[in-house]
Amino acid sequence: MSTVPCPECEAQIELTSGTETGEIIVCPDCGVDLEVVSLNPATVQLAPMEQEDWGE
Amino acid sequence: MNDGVKTTVSIIGGSGYGGGELLRLLLGHPNVEVRQVTSRSHLGEYVYQVHPNLRKRSQLKFSDPVSLEPADILFLAQPHGQAQHHIEEYAKLAPKIIDLAADFRLRDAAFYEQWYGEKHAAPEWLSKFVYGLPELHRAEMATANYISGVGCNATASNLALLPLVKADLLDVSSPIFVEVKVGSSEGGAEGNSGSLHAERANVIRTFSAFGHRHTAEVIQEMGVNASRVSLTMTAVDLVRGVLATAHAKVKPGVANKDLWKAYRAVANENPFVRMVKEQRGIYRVPEPKILAGTNYADLGFELDESNGHIVAMCAIDNLMKGASGTAVQCMNLMMGWDETLGLEFMGLHPI
Repeated sequence: MSTVPCPECEAQIELTSGTETGEIIVCPDCGVDLEVVSLNPATVQLAPMEQEDWGE
Repeated sequence: MNDGVKTTVSIIGGSGYGGGELLRLLLGHPNVEVRQVTSRSHLGEYVYQVHPNLRKRSQLKFSDPVSLEPADILFLAQPHGQAQHHIEEYAKLAPKIIDLAADFRLRDAAFYEQWYGEKHAAPEWLSKFVYGLPELHRAEMATANYISGVGCNATASNLALLPLVKADLLDVSSPIFVEVKVGSSEGGAEGNSGSLHAERANVIRTFSAFGHRHTAEVIQEMGVNASRVSLTMTAVDLVRGVLATAHAKVKPGVANKDLWKAYRAVANENPFVRMVKEQRGIYRVPEPKILAGTNYADLGFELDESNGHIVAMCAIDNLMKGASGTAVQCMNLMMGWDETLGLEFMGLHPI
C-alpha cells in the first residue's frame, strides 16, 4: 500500500492493494476524481468531472 | 455532574426563540437539571404552551424572575440591554453565568458605546466575560465563570473568515465584504409589522446594508481593520438559517492547496466545524437548509487563482450555532465535559 498526495488539496491518499493503473479513485477530503496514472512511483492526476450550472 | 448529582441550571427569559431552543437542549442534556425558567409575560404558563415542541418533555411553568433561586449555572436569554443592569444580582445566585444576549460580547466599553449608541451600564463586567465562541476561546472557557453570547450573523461571518485569518492568508489591505442571508427567527418571538406573513413570506430584503451591530464582533474577534470590513444583511424566506458569504483577497501566491490546508486544520480542531466543498451530489457548498436543529457550522470556499479573489462561506442554524447550541457547547467546556454533549443531533434530510 502506498500514499500519494491529492493534486487538488494535498490530502494524503492511500492506494489500497489491488489498485490498478487507469483506475479512477476519489479524494476522501475534497472529493475530486483522480486517475491513477502510475503505480511505481504512485502518481495520480485530476480526472474530468461533471460540472453543475443552474444559471441557464 | 458529580457522583450522579446533576448540575442545576436556570434560564432567565425563557419565552423567546433562543430561550426555547436552549430549554430543548438542556432538557435532553444528561448532566443537567433545569430548575427554573423565568418569563414575566408568560408567568404561570407551562413552558410547552409557548414552546410546543416541549410538550410531554417538561412540566415546568414559567416563574417570576424575582423568585429565582440559586443554581449552579444561570443562562441569560433576555432581550439585549437587560442583563447589564442586573448582573450583580445574578452573580449572587450562581457562580457561573452564560449570557445569550449582546450585553457582554464586546471587551471595550467605548467600542460598545460606538456600536450600541449608549453607555454600558456595567463596564467593569466586560473584562470578566469570555467571548462565547468555542472555536476562538476554547482554552479560556475551561477556567471561565462568565461567558458571553454570540451574534448569529457574527458567528457565521467569523467562522467563514476563521481559517483565512488563523493561517494569515488574507490580504488585509483589501476590503472584506460579507453578504449575510438570514432567516426570520433571527428577528425574535416578539414580532413587528414586517414579520406579518403577508410581508415576510417570499422575501429577499436587504435590511441592513452596513453598520449592523454584529460587525463589531467580527472586528473584535478577527482583528481586522474596522474600516475594511463590512457586513450586509439580507432577510430571505427561511425560518432558521444563516449563510455568510465573504468576499476578500488572499495574499499574492496563495493557492487552493494552501486554503485546503488552512480549512482542514480548523475542521480538525473543532468538532462542530465541517468542510463542505464537494464535487458530487446536490449539496456541494455550505447550505443552512440541512443544518436546522444542529450545532454544525459548514465552511466552504472558492478561489479565483487568477486574481486572488476568495469567496468564503459559512452556513449555520442561527438558533443553534448562532445562539443556544453554542451556549450549551460553552457550558460543556466550562464544566470540563465532552464538548459535544447534548448537541449530537445530526439534522434532517430531506427537510
